[in-house]
Amino acid sequence: MTEATIDLPVRRRDWSRLIQPEQVHGSIYTDPEIYQEELRKIWQRTWVYVGHASEVPNPHDFVMKSIGPDPVLMTRDKDGNIHLLHNRCPHRGNQVCEKHRGNSRTFTCNYHGWTFANDGSLRGYPFPSGYKDDKRKELGLGKVARVGIYKGFVFGSMSPEGHSLEEHLGGARQAIDALCRNSPEGEIEVTAGFLQHKVMANWKFVMENETDGYHPAFVHASIFDVADSQIGSLYGDSSTAVTRYFGNGHSEVDLRPEFRQRDVPLSWFGTTADRLPDYVEKMNAAYGEQQAREIMIDGTPHIMIFPNLFIAEIQMFSIQPLSVDETVQHVTALQFKGAPDFNRRMRQQTMGSVGPAGFLLADDAEMYERSHRGVQEKNPEWVYLGRGTHRERTDEHGYRIGHATDDLCSRGMWQHYRALMEAA
Amino acid sequence: MMGTSDHAMTTDLADLLRHHEISQFLYKEARLQDENRYQEWESLWTDDAVYWVPANGEDIDPERDMSIIYDNRSRIGLRIRQFLTGKRYSQLPTSRLRRVIGNVEVLAEEAGGTRVTANMLLYESHRRGQILWAARNEYLLRRVDADWRMAYKKVALVNNEAALTTMAFLI
Repeated sequence: MTEATIDLPVRRRDWSRLIQPEQVHGSIYTDPEIYQEELRKIWQRTWVYVGHASEVPNPHDFVMKSIGPDPVLMTRDKDGNIHLLHNRCPHRGNQVCEKHRGNSRTFTCNYHGWTFANDGSLRGYPFPSGYKDDKRKELGLGKVARVGIYKGFVFGSMSPEGHSLEEHLGGARQAIDALCRNSPEGEIEVTAGFLQHKVMANWKFVMENETDGYHPAFVHASIFDVADSQIGSLYGDSSTAVTRYFGNGHSEVDLRPEFRQRDVPLSWFGTTADRLPDYVEKMNAAYGEQQAREIMIDGTPHIMIFPNLFIAEIQMFSIQPLSVDETVQHVTALQFKGAPDFNRRMRQQTMGSVGPAGFLLADDAEMYERSHRGVQEKNPEWVYLGRGTHRERTDEHGYRIGHATDDLCSRGMWQHYRALMEAA
Repeated sequence: MMGTSDHAMTTDLADLLRHHEISQFLYKEARLQDENRYQEWESLWTDDAVYWVPANGEDIDPERDMSIIYDNRSRIGLRIRQFLTGKRYSQLPTSRLRRVIGNVEVLAEEAGGTRVTANMLLYESHRRGQILWAARNEYLLRRVDADWRMAYKKVALVNNEAALTTMAFLI
């Protein structure tokens, strides 16, 4: 897949013809030119989730991550600062790091021996008399223009200008806060390794499905039928859960109304307090019994942070487009710092659910791929997103909310997408 | 009186016979998987079975790191029951599959059974495309009554460090 873009005469697309209040045009998922424009206007411009600080816990740790199809090296320098570097030697363009992760003060390009510090600066190069001036100040590894960290979640933006990360996250920050409160130490960790699940479908099908509360009763009926799962009822017609649109493309399925009705701590995880006594004791000690009880009733969020971070109760997904019709979901179990008993169960449950053979995600992936093939047929040309427009309302914080099974989240994403794509 | 060479021959024959039986067992397992004969495949497992498909190499710690599959006997049963609902859409229609098992080697006799390794090459045809899967398999096989059973099967896919397409079929 070529990414080189040649400056063609500017041909402005009329996005209002492709994205309407209750429908989007099928070609928006399949047109290679639109995909190239998304790389420029979304993936190489806005805030994109890259990795978690706990993946590089020590000075000189590094791990290979990505922004869109491009690899990005996340490093921690000697002073503890996190850097996001492009994996490209400024000399002849060679990839400098071939390892997935490790600990190193420097990276040396194997082609001509140029050496870079883990903050990207050029340390030296062989046979320096071959250059008239010292090139060390001038050349280095490319850096992602802005790095933003919120509660350990590391985001990058390739644009030097734009909203701050906090502005971008907006209301989604409270979901990350709520997630972290489920740890007795107030932090989550990403330490369990990733599965990479590739689907032959456009990335937007994946993104939209994450907060689509209409599909679980059907796509996941097979596992709900045979497992002792209480997930199914959360997404039924009589569910009291709500979909919420936070703005800036972020949306969630808020399951707390259901969990609060049950009023049983850890019911959100399908267990009870007596099964995780160490965790409960630490939570009580950390927050006091009353607040700990509330946290353990509410559980963790189910939120899609535009365009690529999906926090799904006990899992975290990062969505990576490879081309217009190829997308990778990187997925791991979330881990609560200071809760080894809980963490073990989250890993086991996650392994069952997600990845290429997962009880849930294999079937989701099948749907993304069928949708991607389906929208290439031309009658009808549109994808219909009108479910629940008659019952949308505004919550006490001013966010639009709807029934758990409504298309409200998709409508919000498309509104934001259109604003990004209409920008010059 | 039996000479040394006769004894060696008897041992060799016993090894050959065991190797033949084990190979036949692995071929049968492969055929049941290829033909989506879920319940017959499930019956090959012992009660203490572990079915493991690691990610990111062969030597990760499945108790700490994410694996593609890490099933105990009860989760193997759940996997099979999910197929039998008739709503496991990632295998409806089923992938068309044929695999070859080769390089079968008996590695050791252990308290829990016979440790065996083999290579596996699998061709999958699915609506998303034709995909070639390759792995080194490792088994702990045990005689239960007159039949061989699997107490442990590890499928170390050659490309398990890369992004993989859906593989909801029996691997």
